[in-house]
Amino acid sequence: MTILVVAEHDNAALKPSTLNTLGAAKQIGGDVHVLVAGQRCEAVAQAAAAVPGVGKVLLADAAQYKDQLAENLAALVVGLAKDYGHVLAPATTFGKNFMPRVAAALDVGQVSDISAVKSPDTFVRPIYAGNALATVQSKDPIKVVTVRSTGFEAVPATGGTATIATIAAAADTGLSTLVGRELTKSERPELTAARVIVSGGRGMGSGENFKLLEPLADKLNAAMGASRAAVDAGFVPNDWQVGQTGKIVAPELYIAVGISGAIQHLAGMKDSRVIVAINKDEEAPIFQVADYGIVGDLFKVVPELVRSLG
Amino acid sequence: MKLLVPVKRVVDANVKVRVKSDGTGVELANVKMAMNPFDEIAVEEAMRLKEAGIATEVVAVSCGPQACQETLRTALALGADRAILVETDAELQPLAVAKLLKAIAAKESPQLVVMGKQAIDDDNNQTGQMLAALLGWPQATFASKVKIEGGGAQVTREVDGGLETVSIRLPAVITTDLRLNEPRYVTLPNIMKAKKKPLETLKPEALGVDVAPRLATLRVEEPPKRKSGVKVPDAKTLVEKLKNEAKVI
Repeated sequence: MTILVVAEHDNAALKPSTLNTLGAAKQIGGDVHVLVAGQRCEAVAQAAAAVPGVGKVLLADAAQYKDQLAENLAALVVGLAKDYGHVLAPATTFGKNFMPRVAAALDVGQVSDISAVKSPDTFVRPIYAGNALATVQSKDPIKVVTVRSTGFEAVPATGGTATIATIAAAADTGLSTLVGRELTKSERPELTAARVIVSGGRGMGSGENFKLLEPLADKLNAAMGASRAAVDAGFVPNDWQVGQTGKIVAPELYIAVGISGAIQHLAGMKDSRVIVAINKDEEAPIFQVADYGIVGDLFKVVPELVRSLG
Repeated sequence: MKLLVPVKRVVDANVKVRVKSDGTGVELANVKMAMNPFDEIAVEEAMRLKEAGIATEVVAVSCGPQACQETLRTALALGADRAILVETDAELQPLAVAKLLKAIAAKESPQLVVMGKQAIDDDNNQTGQMLAALLGWPQATFASKVKIEGGGAQVTREVDGGLETVSIRLPAVITTDLRLNEPRYVTLPNIMKAKKKPLETLKPEALGVDVAPRLATLRVEEPPKRKSGVKVPDAKTLVEKLKNEAKVI
């Protein structure tokens, strides 16, 4: 059976999460089609067509897909799904938003946030904030699956030559409209795609003090993240949050500064390759998952670290 | 307007769960249970809408075993007017819960359903969206701000890149994110009052819903443990280790 992967994009470029989702599709095996739904998103369709292993790109270009609202996007996918054995999307806020609508409309269960593929109908997914891994088997005729990006290697972005087929839009449901977006602008790499992440917690003390982490992030070309405690305290915006209910990350290097290591934070970063913790409390749980720990005052250690990096 | 607030009984957020040695699930015997934290936020938001004169009645609903009555009593103590338990000992997956809630919505005709974006036990993040789809209603998930106005709602949503505001028609389903509000504490007088509030019990069969699971859990296991690391005395040593030992910079 063919797999349909719903592309995450901003009408201009394919998001990296789509490439990880295609990595999961490759493990499931079979022909892979990619749906690009948006407005004036021809460039995205071309990018998807250039991904090796993609057999066909379906392009739905219409005003009602411009903002990727769940109601219209789900209606489109539901109309296509009967021709597919699997429908996959990234387990980002994009995929999490519309995919359960697709599953419910098809009267099938959804397998959320898979971190491994065991067979075409059997998947591994973390539960209880990653404190347990469940192996689940879907008995439904169409498997609706969201994919945790950190669980799958991204497929290469170029080298393929898939055909692009324009498809008709589904009727506009008119149920919701976008009022506006306030997206955080940053020169830094995106959290979920960064090789290195520097994250701050409640121990930072204030939003102002997060500036202390900037030179460190600059030196390492790192993304900046935060614990829920720091976000809840209003130090930094919500989209910095790493954890069970925030972003799940697995960079090569994760530097946790002034983060105690609550279960829900560890759930978001414990698959990082190398973890460094800087905390004044030597009993802090973060040290149990850290490869390297420094017990000390972050306000001294961080500037020293910046100097040592030369 | 009438509000429906679904609440789930889950393992308390502060409990570190243990995987059962036979690999069939996690240990739930003698473990502290509580209302799913995101659902508490949903109850709080409903109460604020009632206090603002927008909501006229708040109905809490839970699906699961008899013990979910405790969770519903908590919702009543937080201020919900009455409660409905769809009682079953069967394993309930999100699609089944969404179908049960759809049946309740058909009986109660709420203008708005407010519920948690995800339960902290199975971490599925599905039920609200599924309910909205089954009802053919709009949805606003991961809400951090809700404004009800002129037959619709403006909801600010937490998305990966920042914030997004959508305008939805009512009736609708809103799912709550952490920063929507800070739930109030339950007070003793309100716990006493809650005992007298009506709590109706229904069975899934009476609602005509087939709750058979769609996913079979084959195995539950502990995630691989990280090897414990080392403490280093200073930043200079750390940089050396990162360069030469971990080879990550």
